[in-house]
Amino acid sequence: MEYVIIGNSTAAVAAAEAIRAKDAAGGITMISDEKHHTYGRPLISYYLLGRTDRERMKYRPSDFYAKNGIRTLFGVRAEKIDAADKKVCLSDGRKIAYDKLLVAAGSRPFVPPMEGIESVPCKFNFMTLDDALALEKVLSPEKRVLIVGAGLIGLKCLEGIAGRVKKVFVADMADRILPSILDGYGASLIQKKLERHGAEFFLSDSVQEFDGNTAHLKSGKVLEFDILVIAVGVRANVELVQDAGGKVGRGILTDDRQETSLKDVYAAGDCTESYDITTKTCRILALLPNAQFQGACAGTNMAGGEAHFANAVPMNAIGFFGSHVLTAGSYFGETYEEKKGDTYKKLFYSDNRLNGFILVDIPERAGIYTSLIRNRTPLDEVDFGSLKEEPALMAFSAQYRAEKLAKRV
Amino acid sequence: MKRIYVNEKWCLGCHLCEYECAFANSGLTDMVKALKGKAIRPNIRVEDGNGVHFAVNCRHCSDPICVHSCIAGALSAEDGTVKIDGEKCVGCFTCVLVCPYGAILPSADGRIAQKCMLCLNNSCGEPNCVKHCINNAIVYEERG
Ligand SMILES: Cc1cc2nc3c(=O)[nH]c(=O)nc-3n(C[C@H](O)[C@H](O)[C@H](O)COP(=O)(O)OP(=O)(O)OC[C@H]3O[C@@H](n4cnc5c(N)ncnc54)[C@H](O)[C@@H]3O)c2cc1C
Repeated sequence: MEYVIIGNSTAAVAAAEAIRAKDAAGGITMISDEKHHTYGRPLISYYLLGRTDRERMKYRPSDFYAKNGIRTLFGVRAEKIDAADKKVCLSDGRKIAYDKLLVAAGSRPFVPPMEGIESVPCKFNFMTLDDALALEKVLSPEKRVLIVGAGLIGLKCLEGIAGRVKKVFVADMADRILPSILDGYGASLIQKKLERHGAEFFLSDSVQEFDGNTAHLKSGKVLEFDILVIAVGVRANVELVQDAGGKVGRGILTDDRQETSLKDVYAAGDCTESYDITTKTCRILALLPNAQFQGACAGTNMAGGEAHFANAVPMNAIGFFGSHVLTAGSYFGETYEEKKGDTYKKLFYSDNRLNGFILVDIPERAGIYTSLIRNRTPLDEVDFGSLKEEPALMAFSAQYRAEKLAKRV
Repeated sequence: MKRIYVNEKWCLGCHLCEYECAFANSGLTDMVKALKGKAIRPNIRVEDGNGVHFAVNCRHCSDPICVHSCIAGALSAEDGTVKIDGEKCVGCFTCVLVCPYGAILPSADGRIAQKCMLCLNNSCGEPNCVKHCINNAIVYEERG
């Protein structure tokens, strides 16, 4: 059996591990246009911050490929899938035959058309280790940085570089930072924190035109900067599957075994859509745990096992200068709110289910809430009144606890 | 594979396991030096309420969601033990976000996560909480 995996990040690694757990003999080939040993993609900001280094940010130990008998083709692009002939065509002209193929191609930066962008001499995306290494080369204490985009990636970049430059400006069309995970109040807490570290925000605003190192904002404000980071959003890499005739939406479409509409072609991670059980809709959940779950599921099925990934929910933990924002699920239904000092808790629930939560600087035992969401636990089976105040196993039945604490799980 | 199990009915709520855990992981040999006057941050936590007490620590799950979710590759499962590599951990707390038992905690300085490693990582060599539980409310054994 020949397994071919396009990608060398979370979903790809998870799949390779799952394949090896079932099939010790089959050939595994991993193809990636990034030439590095697999690394934790979210760690690129921690690298700039000095909280990790090239060695420690390896997602798996140095002997990962050798130990698992994985052939690596790095620094080369998969250009095309020939689904009829079951081959992947590479940018160097080679054709790699597969019995089972996984597309774990992730996403790429979305760069909207911006007037005058070609006149900006020093500009970056912030998605890859190479992006971070290139950005690092130009960082210095007298530089001013403009980050376009106040989402997760833009603000992690901000945290990584704030101490290494003179000034960081952040512009975003949204009226608050981190709009995908925070409401207005939560966003204001984190914004204040970031401002204390020297960031300056231009919200409900955007760049109308670049002119070299000058940005003219819609509001009329003018910013002089030395370095531009574009972190507006990402687009799923669907083209390989799409061009081969496979079904795609905003992401590659798969069944709950992670197989695409093309036979023997699987897909996992940020390039796919997931069925979010909180909103009951298909959407892209570009989050690392989700990529891992999907990759592992795909790998098991590719190797002849039977796995289903059927409880996808958004969940995200993100930190800024010692503050921690933990969120999961979706924000609809009735709410329970607690504001104590600079901490903030908001729970969202309806129809006897917890739908989502926001926790700012109260991370302890958040996973108990997350499990209520992922398991769609009926809230009348637990003491939700006490859970609202404090996530604890005391709120569950003695029988549940016996299952979990007195048995093997 | 031996794991830690909780006998809820026998737990007196004495919290001794918390102190023994903190001591075992302090790296010190003198209990007074290790614990006296200090806010302890054990990997095992006793919940108390309405006459019910029980200790909670890492279940070393056979399908560990914390390991799967770690963005840094800092958590791993080896020979049935879920381990954290504090050198690799960047303190994002995704593991705290996903553990259904609330058994992974931010460390005292908040820079990394901490969890029970069955005392295999310290000089005890076997779970110190179990060793000192006065009523066998926590045990270390094979179960189905
Ligand atoms: C700065 C930053 C911070 C983040 N922080 C967090 C966080 O805190 N928590 C969290 O949950 N998530 C975070 N994420 C998101 C997380 O990194 C992704 O969800 C995760 O990496 C997805 O893994 P993946 O395997 O699907 O794809 P990716 O990691 O995107 O990897 C896909 C790989 O495939 C390669 N590739 C694509 N097309 C081809 C081709 N045609 N031929 C060859 N190779 C190809 C790409 O170059 C890439 O190496 C962050 C992302 C970034 C950029």
